Amino acid sequence: MTTTHLQRARTRHPRNPQAAVRRRERLTAAGMVSPAVLLLLVFFVIPVVLAFALAFTNARLISPTPAHFVGLQNFKLLFQDPVFFRSLLNTFIFAAVVVPLQAGLALALALLVNTKVGGTNFFRTVYFIPVVTSMVVVSIVWTFLYQKTGLINHLINTLTFGHVHGPDWLNDPSTALPAIIFMSVWQGVGFHMVIWLSGLQTIPADLHEAAAIDGADRWAQFRYVTWPGLRATRTFVLITITIDALRLFTQVNVMTQGGPLDSTTTVVYQAVHAGYQQQQTAYASAISLVFFVIVLAVSLIQRFLTREKD
Amino acid sequence: MATTPSPHPAPAPSRPRRTLRRLPGHLLRSVLALAFAFPIVFMLISSFKPDQQIFADLGSIRAFLPVGDLSLNNYTAVFDRVPAARFLINSIVISAVTVVLGIVVNSLAAFALSRMRWPGRKALLMLIIATLIVPFETFALPLVWWVNKLPWLELHGFQLALTEGWLDTYRVQILPFVANAFSIFLFHQYFQSIPKELDEAARIDGASWFGIYRRIIMPLSGPAVATVAILTFLPMWNSYLWPLMVVQDENLRPVMVGIQYFFQLNVSWGQIMAYSSLITVPVLALFLAFQRSFINSIASSGVKG
Repeated sequence: MTTTHLQRARTRHPRNPQAAVRRRERLTAAGMVSPAVLLLLVFFVIPVVLAFALAFTNARLISPTPAHFVGLQNFKLLFQDPVFFRSLLNTFIFAAVVVPLQAGLALALALLVNTKVGGTNFFRTVYFIPVVTSMVVVSIVWTFLYQKTGLINHLINTLTFGHVHGPDWLNDPSTALPAIIFMSVWQGVGFHMVIWLSGLQTIPADLHEAAAIDGADRWAQFRYVTWPGLRATRTFVLITITIDALRLFTQVNVMTQGGPLDSTTTVVYQAVHAGYQQQQTAYASAISLVFFVIVLAVSLIQRFLTREKD
Repeated sequence: MATTPSPHPAPAPSRPRRTLRRLPGHLLRSVLALAFAFPIVFMLISSFKPDQQIFADLGSIRAFLPVGDLSLNNYTAVFDRVPAARFLINSIVISAVTVVLGIVVNSLAAFALSRMRWPGRKALLMLIIATLIVPFETFALPLVWWVNKLPWLELHGFQLALTEGWLDTYRVQILPFVANAFSIFLFHQYFQSIPKELDEAARIDGASWFGIYRRIIMPLSGPAVATVAILTFLPMWNSYLWPLMVVQDENLRPVMVGIQYFFQLNVSWGQIMAYSSLITVPVLALFLAFQRSFINSIASSGVKG
């Protein structure tokens, strides 16, 4: 059947019919890929290139005069700006605290939930509720909870039988950033718990059974079976939490606007502030560029540190 | 219930002891559940209380209980104060259109990348995956500048007119988020798991490539479609930074930006909690109904390629 069909096709198209079929395949493929490629080109590639180009100009969002090249002037201004260094410092402090804390807590939660006892699904769902709640809403609710006479301070007061009176969390430069850190960990920990859980489920159960028969206690099982089994998951969790932490913006914008006394300003917050409120597109692009280099450097370093060691 | 001794202790002595051993773990899980749920519960409960009652209840367990002077007053006040219905409709339209377009555009690209043979497809896939390391925040501001320069065809009466600048439109809130490298990657991974023999059989039966995509691959890809839908919907509904920068027109604003209105002039926390509940409950309801798919979607974002 096929041969006669092919023969007939061959007589009709004396010049290589297979090439025609292949050309059709390529054309269809191009048609299918092009909407996505075109959109990525317009809304990803071009703006990324622009981020580089605009950083060396004096472009403003709305300006009657066209932008022109100013060299490194934006960067010179940037590195003379004490608020920028404060932003860098805050961003790094936030990441340095959130990454180990959130990754560790998420792993603890995953181990706690990953049991054969009933209710796993229920607890997993409850711990996940903050993740599906928008960061804006979460930030607003916590702003209220953190007030001087808010629920958190009432709770502290009750738990210490009236001995400790909590600070005015978000209006005190020494507690504003820790308060944002605490809330951010609370919001994001469920997300990474789920990632850890999916990692835990890839470890074959008989490995644990074999270890138990060999007399390994729970800690030894974790140390020699679970932890090595989570290698790939570990790298993923580490890198995603770090990049997410460096992007800190929404909480700051809703809860403190960078204050008090610049104690919570961050790199992204400063970029948005310059680019949106002050319409200084070029200056904001320079900040974005510095931010991009930081993210890239940090993820490359992490990839290097967590690489496959033989 | 957990600690009550079994009525027949002799034949099964291990049962209550095992329950007892599990008690600390269960207790810990329950305490943590409270810690994770309490701000949301507090928000929902407070949304039905007048401001005075919210502050009066703060010091006790009453803050989490629907007691006292409960009413829908905060909700009616919310609708008086802001065009809340308009904001909700905007967010629904923007999220829904992005989800649908995203599923079509990204699955088509992934289909061509994973099931068809053409030169350069591997390189293109690598390039697309490589874009994942660039956070949106690094090019958000140049993107604002750029979309403000883009042209668009608009219908004025019966005449098409070329306009410039996308600020204050629906399209600026939708089109930049349709093509998504991660969605393409997820579809690609899923499509690879479907046997290639299906395509060959369909080709022999005379099916076109588009026919294979529409009639064979997509109907088999329910879980991938659900994952992409959830992972597109959540950030779209929750989006804040982007609409903050590109939409000034009140009629086009989505729900998250609407919250700003409540911090102008007299701040009423009851109303803030009511508005927050209003924009959170739909997502929470969706989540509780489809929690398995939601959690699996997030879990699959940890899949390695």
